[in-house]
Amino acid sequence: MNSQQIAALEVQDLTVAYHEKPVLWDIDITVPQGLLTAIVGPNGAGKTTLLKAILGLIKPAAGQVQIFGQSYSRNRRMVGYVPQRSSVDWDFPTNALDVVLMGRYGSLGWFKRPGKKDHELAMTCLEKVGMADFANRQISRLSGGQQQRVFLARALIQDANIYFMDEPFVGVDATTEKAIVNLLKTLRDEGKTVLVVHHDLQTLKDYFDWAILLNVRLIGIGPVQDIITTDNLRVAYGGRGAEIGNALET
Amino acid sequence: MALIELEIILIAIVVASACAIPGVFLILRKMALMSDAISHAILLGIVLAFFVIKDIQSPILILGASIAGILTVALTELVIKTNRIKEDAAIGFIFPIFFSIGVILISKFAGDVHLDTDAVLLGEMAFAPFERFYIHDIDLGPKSLWVMGTILLLNLTFIGLFYKELKIATFDKALSKSLGFSPLLLHYGLMFLVSITAVGAFDAVGSILVVALMITPPATAYLLTESLSKMIGLSVFIGMISAVTGYGLAGLLDASIAGSMATMTGVIFLLAFIFSPNRGVYVQLVRQRQQKLTFASHMLTVQLFDHEGQKEEAWENTVSNMIYHMGWSPKFAKQVTAVAIQNKLITRQKDHLTLTPLGRETAKTAMTL
Repeated sequence: MNSQQIAALEVQDLTVAYHEKPVLWDIDITVPQGLLTAIVGPNGAGKTTLLKAILGLIKPAAGQVQIFGQSYSRNRRMVGYVPQRSSVDWDFPTNALDVVLMGRYGSLGWFKRPGKKDHELAMTCLEKVGMADFANRQISRLSGGQQQRVFLARALIQDANIYFMDEPFVGVDATTEKAIVNLLKTLRDEGKTVLVVHHDLQTLKDYFDWAILLNVRLIGIGPVQDIITTDNLRVAYGGRGAEIGNALET
Repeated sequence: MALIELEIILIAIVVASACAIPGVFLILRKMALMSDAISHAILLGIVLAFFVIKDIQSPILILGASIAGILTVALTELVIKTNRIKEDAAIGFIFPIFFSIGVILISKFAGDVHLDTDAVLLGEMAFAPFERFYIHDIDLGPKSLWVMGTILLLNLTFIGLFYKELKIATFDKALSKSLGFSPLLLHYGLMFLVSITAVGAFDAVGSILVVALMITPPATAYLLTESLSKMIGLSVFIGMISAVTGYGLAGLLDASIAGSMATMTGVIFLLAFIFSPNRGVYVQLVRQRQQKLTFASHMLTVQLFDHEGQKEEAWENTVSNMIYHMGWSPKFAKQVTAVAIQNKLITRQKDHLTLTPLGRETAKTAMTL
């Protein structure tokens, strides 16, 4: 099939700068379809910035982004986005089901309100993340792990072809982490492309197929074992990287 | 009740409802202070628009003045973006400049017009019914009722049309942008509503009290409900109640109607702040106390369990030893013991405490935590 040959994500010469300081420098990335890819790098490496630039949330100084061969604004409907959990105010007066429904707003477009079918869909997605019993719970009364599951359900309802997730494992318990990983793998097995900002190098091999190693510049992209080498980690993390690399190998 | 009184109450209700609607989103966007900035800056807009149009009654004047509100927001955000000054400072220095230029212009050039500094700050609701709205010499009621009624309708229409879009842009701006909605457009749409509402309410309540009507009812509703649609409805309702009771209070005290209305919003807020079933201070205190006592009663079972059947039990497992050993005050020890007995964790003979089977289980669970 022809569509299989189109890259899910293609980033060319992407540079992002805050004032005069570059945050991302000349990034070239091609991610094929159907892979579970981690975006890793030290703090301040530009991981979140990369996601935001791809999604058009910040304006790059230079470069192009293509999603399935088209610009982001044309293929918006194919993209699902899970921001960092801490980026929203969980005291907002709404419940879990309503947050999941927000994932449908894109397909509904302006003015149209979610209907009965959307509600059923939202319940199905909550079930998939094991949160059906919490549908009517006010979101501030959910634990960190539960909030993250709600965010994932909201991404699921978007029924996207490519997902971008920003640190979905931060502040969640071990059970939730396992559940999220299984969900990501299910998505991958269904042929979806998933990119996840991640910071735990220990779990990279178990969780992901590919890794994008980043520190302002692109250090490596490809299968996890090819990318996470002692040499690459030294480049990304400095002297500490060698220690991490050795620790990972033993 | 005389017709004029009824008209004043009606105006008060409409003003309060119209203010509460955009206020909900100001609160949720943590922009409450922006209403203060807008309500002051529009004075300059009103004066300038008056110089151009030369008619204090013209609807174009309302529109022109609203633009001043939006410009204030835009300018403030521009200054914040330079990263040279923080948000609160930017808000705090821009609107007073606009406001003070407005004040100077009024005192210098508009002394003989219906615009004086007292009215600017506090408004005068009691005079509102004297400005009538005529079509072909037919009296259609107070003009401000028509103006504010139109603004209320505008607010309702905007929120009704863009409810879903405003909700997602407020809760998760990044997602709303990535889905193709324009948070920026909605933001300025909302700022326009705040401005035009503030201009419309200006005559009746002035530039300071309009802030109370915009912010306090939604802040109260926020404490009382956990759904956005209910928060909007409740805010309007609280605004209306404040209007009616405020009018009553003003009559009682022979004081400013707008001032009394604003006072009532504060009183209602205070009640919700203390007694809200979920977020109130009272419930929170009770809950914290309960948790403290429950935890202490579990500690008590562990202490009793440790010494159960030992030779020192006779003096270890007593209320007086708890006071000594746990460092509890006699009063607290008494309360903990009472809670433990009530929950059937222990029994008491005079000073001596004995675990029940349930208490033994509780101690074991507590120790494995």
